[in-house]
Amino acid sequence: MLNYLWGGMILIAVVYGAITGKAEAVGNAALSSSKEAVELSIAMLGVMALWTGIMKIAQASGLTGKLIKRMRPVLRFFFPDVPADSKANEYIATNMIANILGLGGAATPFGLKAMEELQKLNVAKGGKREVASRAMCTFLILNISSLQMIPVNIIAYRSQYGSVNPAKIVVPAMVTTLFSTLVAAVFVKIMGRKEKTQ
Amino acid sequence: MSVLVYLSDFCIPLLLFYMIVYGLMTKTDIYKEFTEGAKDGFSVTLGILPTLIGLMTGVGMLRASGFLETLSEFLAPVAKMLFFPAELVPLVVVKLFSASAATGLLLDIFKEYGPDSYLGTVTSLICASTETIFYTMSVYFMAVGVKKTRYTLAGALTATAAGVAVSTFLGGML
Repeated sequence: MLNYLWGGMILIAVVYGAITGKAEAVGNAALSSSKEAVELSIAMLGVMALWTGIMKIAQASGLTGKLIKRMRPVLRFFFPDVPADSKANEYIATNMIANILGLGGAATPFGLKAMEELQKLNVAKGGKREVASRAMCTFLILNISSLQMIPVNIIAYRSQYGSVNPAKIVVPAMVTTLFSTLVAAVFVKIMGRKEKTQ
Repeated sequence: MSVLVYLSDFCIPLLLFYMIVYGLMTKTDIYKEFTEGAKDGFSVTLGILPTLIGLMTGVGMLRASGFLETLSEFLAPVAKMLFFPAELVPLVVVKLFSASAATGLLLDIFKEYGPDSYLGTVTSLICASTETIFYTMSVYFMAVGVKKTRYTLAGALTATAAGVAVSTFLGGML
């Protein structure tokens, strides 16, 4: 995907720049942008390290584990066809909590494990391997609706580009995230019900 | 709307307070855990640096060539009908495929218009509340060999559209 997206950006920039007579500006932008990326990363090191440090405390103190357990009723509601003793529950909960806390990198491995478990359940119930089960669709739609509560990286970018109040967007972002997740929740519930009646 | 900003000011300090209190109450070795965790932050940040260099260069060149402005002008009539700022259309489209490429565009918006401007605020909210649909779907479904994804795409697009709509609305009020 990025091969075309990134390649396309550069090719279009060079060709379009040549046509509009801005070849020099394009060349300068290439050099200054790469430098800027490094400066940005250095500025971000602090915020990101602070965040992962605090989240390590949450993990070590058992707070994240407690949150994962609290997810049970939520999972019952969204995944009625996943048995309570399935390992999928724990993986889904861990993935969701990691996403909520903004630890995207930690979320993906658990998400993939959850998918594997859901696939086992799917096959055990006589479903086809290449067709997504209801639980898989629900899991991915909720995941894609974005669950992150505090957008740390956005706050860091805002502060780097001179925002007067970088954290101004925290609560509005929560409202937005909650709303998109709510829409996703209604969607999967409606689709799930349709499936049952069929 | 200033209430939302007011509450935002408290979020991070409160969160830090809560984590420390919880850590102390459970007798966790908080300082050791913190420094260890902070080390991970380095590898995360430095890990994305090559991507950031590549994509900020791409977007920077596009902006300098004047292509992004032309594209926005071209998209303006359609965007206007949807009450959506044309300058942000490329970002929303790119975000469906790649989070890092969208970050490149987000930073470009911050540079051009400032993070506290209307466009800057709306972009912040959009990037904070949406995920990369096609990337996530392909990674998760490919891992288990699913080819028919049924209503997943429709649901993901609906949720994303809702997120973008609320971002635009709230961004206008802040």
